[in-house]
Amino acid sequence: MHPEDLKYTSTHEWVRVEENLATVGITDHAQSELGDVVYVELPQQGATLQKDDLLGTIESIKTVSDLVAPVSGEVVEVNDDLADTPERVNDSPYGTGWMVIIKLEDPSELEDLLTSEQYEAFIEEQ
Amino acid sequence: MRTPLYEEHKRLGAKMTVFAGWEMPLYYSGIAEETLAVRSAAGLFDLSHMGEITLSGPSALDSIQYLTTNNAARLGVGQAQYTLLCNGNGGVLDDLIVYRIEEDSYLMVVNASNAESDFAWVGGHAFDDTEVRNASREKAIIALQGPGSARILSELAWFDLESVRRFHVLPGEVAGVQCLVARTGYTGEDGFELMCGWDDAARLWSSLLDAGQAYGIAAAGLGARDVLRLEAAYSLYGHELTEDTSPVDARLMWVVDIEKGDFLGRDPIRAARDAGPKRLLTGLEAMERCVPRHGYAVRADGAEIGRITSGTFSPTLRKAIALAYVEPDIAVPDVEVDIIVRDKACRARVVRTPFYKSGNLPHPPPS
Repeated sequence: MHPEDLKYTSTHEWVRVEENLATVGITDHAQSELGDVVYVELPQQGATLQKDDLLGTIESIKTVSDLVAPVSGEVVEVNDDLADTPERVNDSPYGTGWMVIIKLEDPSELEDLLTSEQYEAFIEEQ
Repeated sequence: MRTPLYEEHKRLGAKMTVFAGWEMPLYYSGIAEETLAVRSAAGLFDLSHMGEITLSGPSALDSIQYLTTNNAARLGVGQAQYTLLCNGNGGVLDDLIVYRIEEDSYLMVVNASNAESDFAWVGGHAFDDTEVRNASREKAIIALQGPGSARILSELAWFDLESVRRFHVLPGEVAGVQCLVARTGYTGEDGFELMCGWDDAARLWSSLLDAGQAYGIAAAGLGARDVLRLEAAYSLYGHELTEDTSPVDARLMWVVDIEKGDFLGRDPIRAARDAGPKRLLTGLEAMERCVPRHGYAVRADGAEIGRITSGTFSPTLRKAIALAYVEPDIAVPDVEVDIIVRDKACRARVVRTPFYKSGNLPHPPPS
């Protein structure tokens, strides 16, 4: 179940683009593989990242997973609710489980992202 | 390899994993939910991947006494004990439970990962007139664990459950299936491990799951099994116990009876006991938002003083807990250490174990 209006990465992040802002989270496939999320480590508001930088980490009961920046830019908002209620990532990976909002530095990077069809094909191959 | 409950696990929508060559359920609804179900009501586990070795004949007890560290002579018929198989160097080959089923008939239930090697070892070191059989593919095991276990089982068992006390075992019929009913478990809760014929397992599982619905039973996978045993501070072979670990360091001298007579590993274990532990198995609780995991280093006073053997986030306690071998002078409650998690120090403190004792849920379970 991967919404068609979003873009995806091969590291299982999704991106919702609104003007020059990119909201980022992890996909339903990713949260399902991870299991119960217990901690989400995210950057501070104001941090600047390059595409493919380590954006944060997601700890579940059984494993830890890296969050990778899908685009370059400044982190303008961080979902602080995930500190108290990390289970949102499992329950609503595309909704209340969103993680950060990045102000796009280079919109052409969006072209490197996958469509929902391409992402689904990708995870099928795994 | 598949247990007789493989189709059941798929039917219940389990996320499968491979463990010791077996396709097993990691979880069904989720590790946290299943852990909490066991602590507040009951959970049902497929343990058919575990190994079973039977020893029978007049010298069966002598063989077990020689092969294991605990004193099996104390077992009356229908009693069980936790014990260790050690090698000649006093290193641990496996941890297991020995059940005295009949006068001269014993059953060892061993870890799935060591089933074949244990059978070879036991067969190779038992006395000549002890009959040693590998019953692993004949016997399935289903564990029913949690405060609601006895009530659920009493709906299906036509014998007196009161006669099966903790660490006792009785043959009985459960939902029309002949079983060995053992009051043993790996969760720190009341519970039963039911050993039945391989081909009867699916029937027994379904009956238990149905009967347990009214009591809040949940099918529980290996993920929850690992969290539950860690909360109870039980060792897991391959983590806390290996061929290179000594029962002294593992704090398992309570299942080693040096004075019972000769047994494999006796002299080195006695020497290790007299020398004192090199590193001691200790409970740690994270004070920051990190999850300590197997292999992470533990540091204090600028030096590495230990290694994590197992760690997780405990959904019962809502904190991260771990077991680690640390230098003995650090292994004191409230001493603070740093656990190195992905190159960063995470503060933790030494705590008494078990981390959780049955009946002490800190928060009411979600309804």
